[in-house]
Amino acid sequence: MDLVVSLALQILYGMANLALISLGLAIVFGMMRVINLAHGEFLMLGGYTVVVATNNGVNIWIAMLVLAPLVVGVIGVVVERLLIRWLYGRMIDTLLATWGLSLLCIGLVTSLFGASTATTISPPLGVITIGAYTSSGYEMFLIVVTALLLLAGYAALKLTPLGLVARGTMQNAEMSSALGVSTPRIYMITFGLGAAVTGLAGGLLAPITGVLPTIGAVYIAKAFITVISGGMAILTGTASASVLLGGVNGIVAFLTGPTIGEVALLVAAIVLLRLMPRGITGTFFRKGL
Amino acid sequence: MKQAETVLEARNLSMHFGGVRAVDGVDFTLSENELRCLIGPNGAGKSTFFKCLTGQLRPTAGEVLIRDVNVTGREPHEIGALGVGIKTQVPNVFEGLTTEENIWISARRWHRPARARTLTAETVERLRLGDVRSDPVGQLAHGQRQWVELGMVVAAEPWLVLLDEPAAGMTHEETVRTAELIQEINSTATLIVVEHDMQFIRMISRKVTLFHEGGILMEDTMEAISADARARQIYLGHRA
Amino acid sequence: MRLPRDLRGTLVIAALGSGFMLVAPEVLAFFTIITLSQVIGLAILALSLALVWGFGGILCFGQTAFFGLGAYAYAVAATNIGGSTGAIPIAILVAAAFAAVLGYFIFYGRVSDVYLAIITLTVALILYSLTRRTSGPEYKIGNALLGGFNGTTAPPLNIPGDPQAVLFPEHTFYVAMIALIAAYVFCSWLVRTHFGRVCIAIRENETRAELLAYDIRLYKLGIFMIGAALAGLGGVFFSVGVSRVTPDVFSLSQAAVAIIWVIVGGRGTLIGPVLATFALHYLTASLGTQSILNTNLVLGIVLIIFVLLVPKGVVPTLADLVELRRQRRIARLRERWLRARRPHTGR
Repeated sequence: MDLVVSLALQILYGMANLALISLGLAIVFGMMRVINLAHGEFLMLGGYTVVVATNNGVNIWIAMLVLAPLVVGVIGVVVERLLIRWLYGRMIDTLLATWGLSLLCIGLVTSLFGASTATTISPPLGVITIGAYTSSGYEMFLIVVTALLLLAGYAALKLTPLGLVARGTMQNAEMSSALGVSTPRIYMITFGLGAAVTGLAGGLLAPITGVLPTIGAVYIAKAFITVISGGMAILTGTASASVLLGGVNGIVAFLTGPTIGEVALLVAAIVLLRLMPRGITGTFFRKGL
Repeated sequence: MKQAETVLEARNLSMHFGGVRAVDGVDFTLSENELRCLIGPNGAGKSTFFKCLTGQLRPTAGEVLIRDVNVTGREPHEIGALGVGIKTQVPNVFEGLTTEENIWISARRWHRPARARTLTAETVERLRLGDVRSDPVGQLAHGQRQWVELGMVVAAEPWLVLLDEPAAGMTHEETVRTAELIQEINSTATLIVVEHDMQFIRMISRKVTLFHEGGILMEDTMEAISADARARQIYLGHRA
Repeated sequence: MRLPRDLRGTLVIAALGSGFMLVAPEVLAFFTIITLSQVIGLAILALSLALVWGFGGILCFGQTAFFGLGAYAYAVAATNIGGSTGAIPIAILVAAAFAAVLGYFIFYGRVSDVYLAIITLTVALILYSLTRRTSGPEYKIGNALLGGFNGTTAPPLNIPGDPQAVLFPEHTFYVAMIALIAAYVFCSWLVRTHFGRVCIAIRENETRAELLAYDIRLYKLGIFMIGAALAGLGGVFFSVGVSRVTPDVFSLSQAAVAIIWVIVGGRGTLIGPVLATFALHYLTASLGTQSILNTNLVLGIVLIIFVLLVPKGVVPTLADLVELRRQRRIARLRERWLRARRPHTGR
């Protein structure tokens, strides 16, 4: 019994982790049809924000929950204004430009902070004991934060005026443009928001993974798979793909070890896209958000 | 008179998009060597019907038979492989390739290199595209692009030809020439032509099928349809 | 036909390449020749991506997956067989077979554009994390230890059929250069065949190609597999040049530089990306010796500048300029000729 609970929590954390690292990417993809290849570097920048802030005496919770999203969100808006907006409608060029940005960020951070791990931060919150097994309290905290983040996203899309515009833009960019909504402004806000959520995720994960200029590469493969398996609907897509792929990964990893678990995740995603080329929400939950 | 063989048949064909019944339970037959026009106001369902015939859309219900082969839901290339030539509504050409290369790609699908070369040259002459044979198709005028596409259809030497708005956006002279071409194609092939332009239809048509609200309203000669009160009201009335 | 049926330009380039091959060992330092063998492997990778992306229109961000698989397959096979003779075909086959399986899912699922780019890149990245986890004695294929992070040894080339007759670095350079030239001529020929032209046509307009009764899934799969086979061959020469294979062949930055070579050299040309590989490798190698400018930083800026300002790449942009000058010259000549014919018109 203890084993089952402990395993279930572990799989749940795997799912939450996928959702957390993917949500910012999904926001940008759902609204703008753009995959941000610098997504991993946005996560990395969130992590560095926390490390630099705590090294300068800032409280770790403020650094993770306030500073990381703020800093990376501002970076996102600047990137959108300087780079992305010149490339709207040129999807492939946008991909390539964000890849260039990814390399640039890695290079810049390496020049500033060096190539090796910056000072590590130990995860706050202690250990939870379940019978003979232990579980990290911080991982539990991350599951809760992810759930709250998804709920907040749902509320924002459903209830706020910006959410209404966002849903309109998701459905049909040309139409909302014709209705007088300034699409470029929406795109700028979207990109900034996606970056902020990504920065938050990067900041929250920094105590677990540590930070490195090249840490982005660790996350992005999983984030990419989750987002394209999920499809266009930001929240439903991210949530359903995270549950499915996180579940497959968790179970296979438990049975055979982490290496095969990761392969199973990829194979599951490729088979899924063979059956549903437009992702889960292209076939199911079409009315999802 | 001898009954001509049926070469294309749609049985109870339906295409629904969500709640919209774009095509609703259409029965349709086409005899060999016919030249049939499909007309109807915007949204009547003729283009959707056309796309179901060509494999670009998978119908919600019903079936399509070409020479008694059930082709419902087949891939477009499988329908093409039966010897069916198709021109879509939006011009679909290889923009970056030259006129000759466009037509050669079509001819070479069916013939050895030597024959493909002569067939390409013949087709270029036939469509009077000699002056632009070496120009990238992306740089040609709209009417010429339509002809290049028609040339690709012709170069495959199809026995059944399906054309969606072949004269759209053409000048009067170009339209007349296109009508001639279609008559010419009809000497060796059966045709379906979807068209808006009434004058153009009068130039080529024998039998016309009138679509309205996802179904077939009537099937007759252009003269008879022009004289029909219902048809005038739903369709010709719009032009008055 | 206007499409150049003759391969004159190709043969001129092949002759120049052969000239370089013969002269290089005479004038360049021994160490440079060894490095060049690696770069030739990378150039074959660039060539394969130029074919798949530039001509097939398949946006494969993870071409390095096949490159790395070729490298690993060669190292493992050569270690087990004890010689390079059979290992090279095995490397090529492994890369092509992997592409066949992956390509089946991608093309028959009609995955395209962004999805295809991301899936192929993800495959390369997963291979990266997989191979990194293979340290320890249990990860062993035959006699070859995969070695995790540190990678595995890639045996040198030998004279076919005689594993004892190991080639000297100069000779390895000759073999690699001959392979590059042959691969280049092969690709130039391929894009002029019926198959190649259909692939180009599919790049231009998938719907039209399908309506002309071409099964585009099959053609895409075909060119994808050919590209993978070439990338695998590139992996062989790269690993022989380095004499090791490490997981870095699958890394994100390796995938990025392959894309950058093609962007800089130009999509729709074969020689452009090959030359860009040599040029950019020279650039990054010289950057590596100083510590002010980080290599990633420079590559990122190069990529952004090209996407924003020179989206066609160097070779096509130069070709456009030459063509423009030629047309202007013709216009000038015609004007002069007309003026000469009508001396009394004008003032």
